[in-house]
Amino acid sequence: MKKEPHIGLFIPCYVDQFYPQVAIATLELLEKLGCKVSYPLGQTCCGQPLANAGYERDTEGSSLHFIQLFEEFDYIVAPSGSCVLHVKEHFPNHPGKEKSAKSIQKKIFELTEFLTDVLKVENLKGTFQKKVGYHSSCHGLRGLRLASSSELNIPHFNKAKQLLTNLDGLEWVELSRSDECCGFGGTFAITEEALSVQMGKDRLADHLSHEVDVLTGGDLSCLMHLEGIAKREGQKVEFMHIAEILNQAIR
Amino acid sequence: MSSREEILNSIRGIQKENKFLPDIPNFQLEGDLVELFKSAIEANKGEILSKKEFENWIASTNFQHVISCSEPFHTYATQELPDDAHQLDHLELAILDAQFGVAENGAMWLDDSQLPHRALPFITEHLVLILSKETLVSNMHQAYDRIGSDHSGFGLFIAGPSKTADIEQSLVIGAHGAKSLRVILV
Amino acid sequence: MSHPKAATEFLKDQANSQWHDETLWMIRDKRDASSKSIPEWEELRNLASEIKDNVLSNLDKYLEQFEAQALKNGIKVHWAKDAKEHNEIVLSILQEKNCEAIVKSKSILTEECHLNPYLEKQGIEVVDTDLGERIVQFLQQPPSHIVMPAIHLKKRDISALFHDKLQTEKGNEDPSYLTNAARLHLREKFLASKVAITGVNFGVAETGEFVVCTNEGNADMGVHLADVHIACMGIEKIIPRRKDLGVFLRLLARSATGQPITNYSSHFRSPATGKEIHLVLVDNGRTRQLAREKFKNSLKCIRCGACMNTCPIYRRSGGFSYGSTVPGPIGSILSPGLDMKKYSTLPFASTLCGSCSDVCPVKINIHEQLYEWRQEITKHHGTVGKGLSMKLASGIFKSPLAYQFSGSLMRKVIKSLPESVIYNPLNIWGKSRDLPKAPKESFQDWYKRNRHE
Repeated sequence: MKKEPHIGLFIPCYVDQFYPQVAIATLELLEKLGCKVSYPLGQTCCGQPLANAGYERDTEGSSLHFIQLFEEFDYIVAPSGSCVLHVKEHFPNHPGKEKSAKSIQKKIFELTEFLTDVLKVENLKGTFQKKVGYHSSCHGLRGLRLASSSELNIPHFNKAKQLLTNLDGLEWVELSRSDECCGFGGTFAITEEALSVQMGKDRLADHLSHEVDVLTGGDLSCLMHLEGIAKREGQKVEFMHIAEILNQAIR
Repeated sequence: MSSREEILNSIRGIQKENKFLPDIPNFQLEGDLVELFKSAIEANKGEILSKKEFENWIASTNFQHVISCSEPFHTYATQELPDDAHQLDHLELAILDAQFGVAENGAMWLDDSQLPHRALPFITEHLVLILSKETLVSNMHQAYDRIGSDHSGFGLFIAGPSKTADIEQSLVIGAHGAKSLRVILV
Repeated sequence: MSHPKAATEFLKDQANSQWHDETLWMIRDKRDASSKSIPEWEELRNLASEIKDNVLSNLDKYLEQFEAQALKNGIKVHWAKDAKEHNEIVLSILQEKNCEAIVKSKSILTEECHLNPYLEKQGIEVVDTDLGERIVQFLQQPPSHIVMPAIHLKKRDISALFHDKLQTEKGNEDPSYLTNAARLHLREKFLASKVAITGVNFGVAETGEFVVCTNEGNADMGVHLADVHIACMGIEKIIPRRKDLGVFLRLLARSATGQPITNYSSHFRSPATGKEIHLVLVDNGRTRQLAREKFKNSLKCIRCGACMNTCPIYRRSGGFSYGSTVPGPIGSILSPGLDMKKYSTLPFASTLCGSCSDVCPVKINIHEQLYEWRQEITKHHGTVGKGLSMKLASGIFKSPLAYQFSGSLMRKVIKSLPESVIYNPLNIWGKSRDLPKAPKESFQDWYKRNRHE
């Protein structure tokens, strides 16, 4: 990395509102790893829910706002694969702002890939004495390619696993269906409620059958959905974002 | 305007970026072709027999209706080829030559020159194909290289007996065509 | 019925929907194992995709070449611009041959054209000879899967059906026994039929030959015993060279079921002595789809069904929930091109998880096209979007959450959660899921207190 790059912390709207502890963990983790991080105030929704629902054309305001907030940073990092993917692939065209948009799309990273690919973190020293099930969010997996998807015949890799298995005491669980969708899917969670819940139950059951202590992942939208089902069912499994595990482990 | 012209014209009217037609690399298969072929046939629910095993098997049957289109196996034939394929309805066994085999999937190529009736390998209850080990190619790319520009009205790859899994995904051998496939490797 | 409604119905029978999910997952597992035994698998997918791209960019030339070669081989070639013309052509051939009963092997195209009901109305008996298709035909249902037409049925259903239709023993559910009963029943039909219809998997421009793949051998049983073979082929099924078949036959069956090749792959080039082959080339909306830049490569599809087997939605909602001839992810990008209003909910029957695109042997960007169809469908909202879930329409978009999401308003709105007006979606969310606990302060507030000068 060049000298003291400045990282803009992008905290998706629902994380800001519902999971501030995850945003704090992300910030602290990056700082522990020696990064200079700022959180530009006035962040709003990146527009993903609307775009995925078929109204990408109505996200011009939010994406322009995003570009203006973040264009000065060297890197943009977010604890969410799906919001990063949206910024990378589904920002509408802004005449006159093409260059800024393109540069933003190049310098935005999901947290785990920023750690493995930009910071080149190899030896995280830390301890986490738990059995962990990892939920690969589809947008992170097949959109950002944070891991090799099970469909492809390519060498196996998983950036989150690469980080987590560094930690002493952490037991990584291989699931029966390694990367099936949890059924959140944004508005899908509402419009196809029955399917969404069934998919979530099935995903949860895979983790529970492997007796995980903690169910983690890189996208809180998936975790919110799975945790919502787990709580309703009275399951004891703990939910943590990967940033929380890493930040806690490397105290 | 005919529908032909209408369809072609509407295609011509669409602005299309020309995309290149790729060359197909010469992929190779690692391993012993005979062994690979054998395991492929078995996975397809076919059986590999030696000549001796074939003789034992046929002695254990009581077939009344056998046709052979393979010269060395003519002695097993009980009847000549009928003019009309419909008369093959009660055929119990057909013995046919295959031109060559494909190791990666157990497929064997036959065309009109092996098939005096195209219905023969389908309508028979049991099928025996005679295949020379020397003819084995590694994969489908080599198979089509081998077929090259041969001209036959009909040609097919047979890789196993007729099968279906349409009832609750339970595999059943013998849907409409041959209920068994035996390959004699010579 | 909209997709969400149909899916909800399907899920009510928990045991059955779980069986459906697990069975199709098992097939995807087989596909994974099979594809991973081929080191060059991803290269084959690239090749197949590039070959099909080349076909789409030269479709007119390849069609002309294909036709010329086929004519030279003694095949009679017909062109149909739509389903109606296709059906009329088939009927006219049958009438010319005084044929009143035909056998037909699997052809999604003839399903798309609704050929069976058309011919039946003309007094012609149509017998579908693929076992799964015969089963659903007995039940007067369409196939629920393009490769496994009766995957929605259990053996007890089929046992009862065959007892009724084929006089099999009551209660005998043994698949071998039932299959054999169908074999005997269909053997009679094969022997009696003067005309046989098949679909086409690939048409080779270079040689004018076409290839039909089956495991049962039913296509061949039909055509080799009949005097006339009618092959119905969508114009996108063309490939340039015979050697391209090597690429596609390696991919097709492995993607479909995990087997290395179908047990029969038949290459038809010219009719046997004294017989006829008719080839019907059908457009039926394909040239319209070709003209849609964002959606044209859906025409690369080779109908392997892998996207259905992998789709977490399809597996849990069944083929009928889509209400389209081709169900599942590929159907959800093809069908809106045929009728955007009728199929407006299909592109939303997805989480955009992308598994379909990764599994596709010709690398169609299915999930990206689902996203693009959403953008199209919402433009016509109110006119064609009537079938679109009202929950989607009123619940999300009429709420401030969606309307006022931009700029700083978003913050104010989301801050008032869950008391705000977005009551309806939260209600739906909360049916089977808890909501996250609202924390004391947002991150933004925390940051201002702790880090901001």
